[in-house]
Amino acid sequence: MSDKQIKHHLTDALLVAYSAGSLPEAFSLTVATHISMCDDCRARLGAFDAMGGAMVERCDSVAMSVGSLEATMQRIRAAAPQAAPAPRRKSSLPHPLQDYIGGDLDAVKWRSVGMGVKQAILPTSRAATARLLYIPAGAAVPDHGHRGTELTLVLQGAFVDEVDHFGPGDIEIANEDLNHTPVADIGADCICLAATDAPLRFRALIPRLAQPFLRI
Amino acid sequence: MIPTKDKKARENEDWVACISRIREAQDEAAFARLFAHFAPRVKAFLMRSGADATLAEECAQEVMATLWQKAHLFDPSRASAATWIFTIARNRKIDALRKQKRPEPEDLPWGNEPEPDQADVLALQEESDQLGDAIAALPEKQRVLIEKAYFSDLSHSEIAEQTGLPLGTIKSRIRLALDRLRHAMK
Repeated sequence: MSDKQIKHHLTDALLVAYSAGSLPEAFSLTVATHISMCDDCRARLGAFDAMGGAMVERCDSVAMSVGSLEATMQRIRAAAPQAAPAPRRKSSLPHPLQDYIGGDLDAVKWRSVGMGVKQAILPTSRAATARLLYIPAGAAVPDHGHRGTELTLVLQGAFVDEVDHFGPGDIEIANEDLNHTPVADIGADCICLAATDAPLRFRALIPRLAQPFLRI
Repeated sequence: MIPTKDKKARENEDWVACISRIREAQDEAAFARLFAHFAPRVKAFLMRSGADATLAEECAQEVMATLWQKAHLFDPSRASAATWIFTIARNRKIDALRKQKRPEPEDLPWGNEPEPDQADVLALQEESDQLGDAIAALPEKQRVLIEKAYFSDLSHSEIAEQTGLPLGTIKSRIRLALDRLRHAMK
């Protein structure tokens, strides 16, 4: 699943927050999906997990209650044997994403957001939103405002915006300052996983504000 | 080799041996040693993350029970015992305190050799120990920021609110701290 061609990676800040467990679920999903495709970021995450381990090792401690070891042994004896994980079907998608879709790309329930672009919201906690975006080859994502941080991970195809060219596995990290119009590469339809920490509104849904539909 | 090794590195290898005795022989004495060392640390970690003492006690017991149940999944050529226990405790924290799931990366086909290479294990355990030293040697301000990022479940903007420092400064300080850590690891 890893791709040596990935050139846009996760930031240290995102990796620390994912390691510490403080990201909203939609961001964690996007980070986990990128790491599934990127050996570099997997290795960097290993270092940040080791940092968490070093701090647990060297931080203070709080005494456990009397009898806690015996209580824990009882939990162990009472626990049902761990079931082996169900075998996975072969899929074109990284496992964490498959789990949220409940299958492969053919299981996605797309909804049109206008002008050929489709999206599917994935079930995560409401602190942030994760959605799949389907952008036909050569088409632009309808202009959308994001007030917070937006992560966009390419799963298939590629897109180009004012910043760079983003191919499979590449992740773009945008904040309020970036006004961008991603356009799918002409070669193939582009499928992305996007996470935003503010509700995302497609302005193009309102006809009078509709952006011109770019065709290269 | 052994006399030159520092006490912590030998301790790390000892914890690795304890986990393999749980896996191989359901060794309760080995578990008791791990429990005495790690359970109070896990409890402290959970309390610093916002759990009250009762919840932290219960979760720490669950984390240690998970260690027993998943002992066969521990790979000492990829993580120290402390790192592995941290990841279990972190996942429990997200589940119990934040009521969220944590999507995990797809696991790699690490190969099917039953025993990891001993040289890899020793190197990893020593590096983990050196990382701990590097963190301890950081200037107070940088160490506090890293601790907050890991223990207090704060976003960058929340860290800024707590310390009264501008967001950009916090971010660059965290990056600086990580940079220093990396160099100390070399």
